Amino acid sequence: MTVEVSLPYDKEYISQFSQGQNEPEWMKNLRLSALEKSESLPLPKPDKTNISKWNFTEFDHHVTGDRIESLDELPVEIKDFLDEEKEQQNLVIQRNHTVAYGTIDQKLKDQGVIFTDIGTALREHSELVEKYYMNDAVHMDEHRLTALHAALMNGGVFLYVPKNVQIEDPIQAIFWQEDPKASLINHILVVAEENSSVTYVENYISHNKEEKTSANIVTEVIAKDEAKVSFGAVDNFEAGTTVYANRRGVAYRDSVIEWALGQMNEGDTVSENITHLIGDNSHSNAKTVAIGRGKQKQNFTANITHFGKGSDGYILQHGVMKDKASAIFNGIGKIEHGASKSNAEQESRVLMLSSDARGDANPILLIDEDDVTAGHAASVGRVDPIQLYYLMSRGISKFEAERLIIHGFLAPVVNQLPVEAVKRQLQQVIERKVY
Amino acid sequence: MAGSTLEIKDLHVEIEGQEILKGVNLTINGGEFHAVMGPNGTGKSTLASAIMGHPKYEVTKGEVLLDGENVLEMEVDERAQAGLFLAMQYPSEISGVTNSDFLRSSINAHREEGDEISLMKFIKEMDAKMDTLDMDKNMAQRYLNEGFSGGEKKRNEILQLMMIQPAIAILDEIDSGLDIDALKVVAKGINEMRNDAFGCLIITHYQRLLNYITPDKVHVMMQGRVVKSGGPELSQRLEAEGYDWIKQELGIEDETVNA
Repeated sequence: MTVEVSLPYDKEYISQFSQGQNEPEWMKNLRLSALEKSESLPLPKPDKTNISKWNFTEFDHHVTGDRIESLDELPVEIKDFLDEEKEQQNLVIQRNHTVAYGTIDQKLKDQGVIFTDIGTALREHSELVEKYYMNDAVHMDEHRLTALHAALMNGGVFLYVPKNVQIEDPIQAIFWQEDPKASLINHILVVAEENSSVTYVENYISHNKEEKTSANIVTEVIAKDEAKVSFGAVDNFEAGTTVYANRRGVAYRDSVIEWALGQMNEGDTVSENITHLIGDNSHSNAKTVAIGRGKQKQNFTANITHFGKGSDGYILQHGVMKDKASAIFNGIGKIEHGASKSNAEQESRVLMLSSDARGDANPILLIDEDDVTAGHAASVGRVDPIQLYYLMSRGISKFEAERLIIHGFLAPVVNQLPVEAVKRQLQQVIERKVY
Repeated sequence: MAGSTLEIKDLHVEIEGQEILKGVNLTINGGEFHAVMGPNGTGKSTLASAIMGHPKYEVTKGEVLLDGENVLEMEVDERAQAGLFLAMQYPSEISGVTNSDFLRSSINAHREEGDEISLMKFIKEMDAKMDTLDMDKNMAQRYLNEGFSGGEKKRNEILQLMMIQPAIAILDEIDSGLDIDALKVVAKGINEMRNDAFGCLIITHYQRLLNYITPDKVHVMMQGRVVKSGGPELSQRLEAEGYDWIKQELGIEDETVNA
């Protein structure tokens, strides 16, 4: 049986949308050719998860959000993401499909740093965006969802760090799906030029428990020679939003890409996080924590592919599953021929809090080179009774002991997030979801 | 205050269907230090684990009473709150939970809600005890026992003992794997706990630890029972002559519980 999914948006709509946004010609053409491809390309096939009936096409494509003059106008649940003590110098808040607030430190601006919503970037830095947009990392025609993304992209940010610029303060973006049916088809493009460094953190949030929509997120991180990008994210879409998130990095010589992803969606989710270690001695550390509850179905893939000699990849995936949720964690370490002296390590662990839940950890090593090192560890199990015993032997209640163990299990990502408020907020989300 | 009393009466314990303890009797009063000695495989650690409520050990007969209350009916956390403490031979490693968060939760678990220890007071106390135990301060921020050396784990157990200040503590082979300097430090910590209320049951394989912590009473376990009790002179004789003379005296050929 094949399910015909026809898109409610046609060529004419897309041309008009692109024109309405004052986009450069190349973008309009990309959208139109992607739309055409989307009709024939198949959906991606995540291992062991059937997504053929998931909602990727029913949503409202363009919903504006009110601008705010001051951060005080934000509701508490959004303010939660901001550090109170520190004034946020580098921040974009996207509300539905438009920018509600945006600021960047003048000093960074003077150094040539660009941090702006993708629409503004397309208008003001068209050539720069064109050079990287769906070229080096994600390709428009990989499957139907990347094509749909390219055709309908309606939000996101562009972060550009020039050569030799080291940014110390974190750059923060908040993507707020305020409207219950708005679809965030966000494109995040991070380009770190040679010998630059940047820490970026983003939050996704929505409140649509019942109303159905879909998010289709593509993130591309380009780290040039000797650049360092630290990327943190907490995804927290409500149950009504079906999520496809594709975060991909390309690391050149001696560069580093670090991922810390808190996958806290309530709805069905396919998330892939792939890093290509192109350059010699490039390095990636990809950490994901996830929680599944209710009847949620999720599929996570973390993949680090080694092309450069002496490249180093480390994958960590920790998932907590409760109720009748199911999740597949695929960890893939791939070493291509020629990537000698490379090292591919991974660890996937799933903690089961319910006997009705399902969790699979699939460690995969694909190695096409002799002179390498690789290793994997995977486990699926319940909270260790001996650990519980140890904590309880100090007077800690069973409930509190379990709580400590679960928070500890998810700590690798929490600890790596750069903004205190985002860290705290993730801890709160974990607390809320687990108990 | 005279402290608490722990009474162990005719305790029988099985693990996976095999009987390990075959009727242990022992009473520890507040203010007393008892040593339980014996060769490997005679049930010493089982005694410690069973009293604390290790999930793998099943008590099939007998009683453990703390001030007359039946400990065996309590959950593990309730046993601790009632005043028991076990310094474990192989403490668990718990990733992502810092030593200091764990310690503070432990202390607060012994206090009423609303009467939690203040952060300042906690840090001050912890710093002082860590100094006594010659511990690196950054161990407070490391994950609980994760990557700790054998000696660090033992010190960390004693740090917990000193912070929690239980009524009765059981120390399960706290000296194993320690070099002489570490042993002295650990003994110093334990001796600091000594007062006329605190009771302690020290399980050890070697007499060595008892050079630094003088027990009031010494018990020898064989075949899952206490077969001989005496004063500190008993441990000295064991050090000098080994266990064979006891075996001969009692007509025991194989001292292990499998016999």
